[in-house]
Amino acid sequence: MSKKVLSIVETAYRGTLEEQDDTILWLNHALKNNGLDVAVLLRANAVNYAVRGQDASGLRFGEGALAHPPEIDKDVEALVRKGVKVFLVTEDARERGIPDEKLLPGVEKLGRAQIPSLFQRFDQVWHW
Amino acid sequence: MAKTLTLVLMDPPYEKETTTTGFRIIESALRQGHNVKVFAYEGAVNLTMKDQQPHPNPVKGTTVEQEQHPTTKDWVAALFRMGSGSPKLEWINCGLCVDERGAGNWIEGPRRGGPKELAEWVQATEATLVIPTK
Repeated sequence: MSKKVLSIVETAYRGTLEEQDDTILWLNHALKNNGLDVAVLLRANAVNYAVRGQDASGLRFGEGALAHPPEIDKDVEALVRKGVKVFLVTEDARERGIPDEKLLPGVEKLGRAQIPSLFQRFDQVWHW
Repeated sequence: MAKTLTLVLMDPPYEKETTTTGFRIIESALRQGHNVKVFAYEGAVNLTMKDQQPHPNPVKGTTVEQEQHPTTKDWVAALFRMGSGSPKLEWINCGLCVDERGAGNWIEGPRRGGPKELAEWVQATEATLVIPTK
């Protein structure tokens, strides 16, 4: 049986324009494709990854335009469609003024007090 | 009994003390007879670049010989010498991360891989520790 791994994603928008995605969400998607039972907990600034309708288009340096800007919200949706559980810390969203109605459906909201019991459901917790 | 640790490194060389901490963990594990598998992700693929060169220190007025500036490739090479048999050190550089950085000229020891190998390591080893870029 596959080990269950929870990735806590905390550092947000790290090189996302250069990479055209978030490298930790990407890695978790690839690990899921390779049979690892992964889940993601968005906390701190990374709760913004679950906000619908992000638009990072328009970057251009001289004649060099970014053809495929990151679409982090769509990447989160793709993870959910893939069967990856995605959790979000409600207090972190509230502190940043993100209302519930702006959050992607399919992302499970939990309070800080529930995080320890969430950890109990996994064999390994990786803090990114 | 020997165990095996999977370690995921992400920081590029000469930026964070976390890299040195990672090397200390590898050294300690090998010294205690445990195997270590390192997955170098993103900037960490630069840790093993063969073209790294020590430099003099113009502030201190020291020559390159006097300065004996350490390079991460030499530290990793020393770790590979410790882990050449049993215990064993394995090191995978994320191939896509290597390509986007043009960082393919390595010291002897690392090999190219990706999430497939990391997923297999996580399943097969006793513990996984990630040391990410913050």
